[in-house]
Amino acid sequence: MPNLSTKWLKKSPWIYHVGTGGCNNCDIEILDCLTPRFDVERFGIKLVVSPRHADVLLVSGPVSYHIKSRLQEVYRQVPKPCVVACLGACACSMGIFKDAYSVAGPVDKVIKEIDPNAIFVYVPGCPPKPETMIMGLVKALQKI
Amino acid sequence: MRSIIPIGPFHPLQDEPENFLLTVEGETVVDIDVNLGYIHKGIELLAQQKTYDQVVFLVERICGICSITHTVCFCNAVEDLLKIEIPERAKYIRTILGEIERIHSHLLWMGLAGHFIGYNTVFMWTWKYREPILDMMEILTGNRQSCGMLKVGGVRRDLDNQKLSQLLKTLDELEPKIKMLADAVQDDPVLKARLENVGTLTRKDAIDYCVVGPTARASGVNIDVRRDDPYAAYPYLDWDVIVLNQGDVYAKFLVRVLETLESIKILRQAVQKIPAGDFQLQIREVPPGEGIGRYEAPRGEDIHYVRSNGTNFPERLKVRAPSYINIPSFYASCINQQVADVTITLAAVDPCYSCTERMISAKDIRSNHLWSQKDLIEISSQKTIKIASELGIEPDLPILKKYLLR
Repeated sequence: MPNLSTKWLKKSPWIYHVGTGGCNNCDIEILDCLTPRFDVERFGIKLVVSPRHADVLLVSGPVSYHIKSRLQEVYRQVPKPCVVACLGACACSMGIFKDAYSVAGPVDKVIKEIDPNAIFVYVPGCPPKPETMIMGLVKALQKI
Repeated sequence: MRSIIPIGPFHPLQDEPENFLLTVEGETVVDIDVNLGYIHKGIELLAQQKTYDQVVFLVERICGICSITHTVCFCNAVEDLLKIEIPERAKYIRTILGEIERIHSHLLWMGLAGHFIGYNTVFMWTWKYREPILDMMEILTGNRQSCGMLKVGGVRRDLDNQKLSQLLKTLDELEPKIKMLADAVQDDPVLKARLENVGTLTRKDAIDYCVVGPTARASGVNIDVRRDDPYAAYPYLDWDVIVLNQGDVYAKFLVRVLETLESIKILRQAVQKIPAGDFQLQIREVPPGEGIGRYEAPRGEDIHYVRSNGTNFPERLKVRAPSYINIPSFYASCINQQVADVTITLAAVDPCYSCTERMISAKDIRSNHLWSQKDLIEISSQKTIKIASELGIEPDLPILKKYLLR
C-alpha cells in the first residue's frame, strides 16, 4: 500500500552498510559503487553513517556468533519499512563457510528471528559486480 | 580528566567490524585498546576438512583484497612440502597477478587515506585510476577479485599473450597518473600538513613490534620477502625496494605510491620476459611432512604453514597475516596523538581484519586445561623475571604489567 514513507523511499534510498564477517570483497565493491565509474549518488543512493537514517541495510558476509546480536540491534534501529539486501554468496546462503564452527547462519535466518516480516533482496556472486549490486537495489525498490 | 571513546564495532570509518577503545585526556590519546574477533570464521579448522584442491578456494576467501596473496602463499607452502619446482610460465603468471593485486590494493589504500583525512578528491581520483586495473584483472582471469587462478603446482588457466599486450597498454595509461599522484603528494600543502609528523613509528619501535611490509619500510627497516626469500619470478626481474626513514603517515603514503610505480616496472618486465610452455604440474599425492610459504603481500609478509599426514586433507593449516603483526604497533604510534589524527594513524598500517581474525588456544594435554591469555602472559612474565634475576638485571615489564593488572 503506497503511503508517504514508501513514496519518498523510492526516490532516494539511503544505505547503511553492515559487514558481518565477510572477506572484504563485497565491502570494497560497495565502495566501488560510490566512486566515479558507477557513482550511485547521482540516483540519490547515499551511504549514511547511522542506521537510524537508513532505508536499506546492506549486509555482506556470513553472520558470525560474535556479531549476531549486534546485527539484530542495528536492524532494530532502522526505521521501518526497510529492505535488507544480502550481498554475496556468504550473506545469501553462507557459501564456502557453511560448515564453519563460528558462523550463526545466513543473514535472513538471523534477522527473521526478530522480525518474521522483514523484506529481503538477494544479490548472489563472489563478489557480486557493482552492476549486479545496482540491479539488486533497483529490484528492491520495486518490491516496496 | 580521563575518558574513554569507544569506536565500533560498526562505524563509518572502516568497512569491517572492529572495536577501539581510546582513553583520552582532553584531546590527547593516552591509551588504546583494540578488540578483535568479530569476524572470526574458523577458516583453519575448515581447511582441515577440505582437500588440497579445495583449500585453495577457501584461502582465497580469507581476504578479498589479498586473494592472490593467500592462494600463492598456500601454494608456496604445499610446494615446499612437496619439494617441487613449478614451470617457468606459471611463475611469471603468479608474479603478474600478484603485482596487479598490489597496484589495486595500494590505490585502494591511498583513496581511503584521503577519505579518512576528509580529502575526498584523493579518494575519488585514486579509485577512478583503480578501475582500469580491475578491468584488466577481469579480462585476464574472468573476475575482478577472487579469480580462482591458482592451484598447487602452477596455475589453473593460462593467460592469453594478446591480452597481456593489452595489459602493457593499460600500464602506459596508468603510469603518468600515478606519477602525477606522487608529485601531488609531495607538493600538496594540505596533505603534507595533515600527514607529516603524525603517527610516527620510530625505527626502534618498528623493530620492537616486528612490523612488516610498507609500515616497516616507511620506518627505515629494509625488509621485503620478494628480495630476501625470492619466490615466483622475482629473482629474474630488476626492481628496487622502497625504504624511507621518517616513519610518519606521510612516509607510509609515499612508500605506497612509489611501490606502485615499482610494480608497474615489474609488470612490464614480466610481460616481456614470460616464456611459452607448460603452466601446471599434475600432483598425484602429498607425502607426510611440513612446509612453509612466504609471500610479500601488499600489507607485509604473509606466512602459511601446512602439515600433511599423507592423506588428501591437510592435517594443519596455520595462517599468519601481515595485519596481525602490524596492529599492535598502534600502541607505539597512537599514544600522545590528537584524537583527530588517530583515525589516519589507525588506517596507516592498512589494517585488514578479515586477514587477522585467527584464534589461538593452548591446551594442557594432561589436565585438559585451556590456558587463557592471562595464564600465558603470567607464565611468560615469570620466566622473564627468572631469567632476568639469573642475569642480575631488574626486569622491566610495563606492557605485561598493564595486562596483568586487568
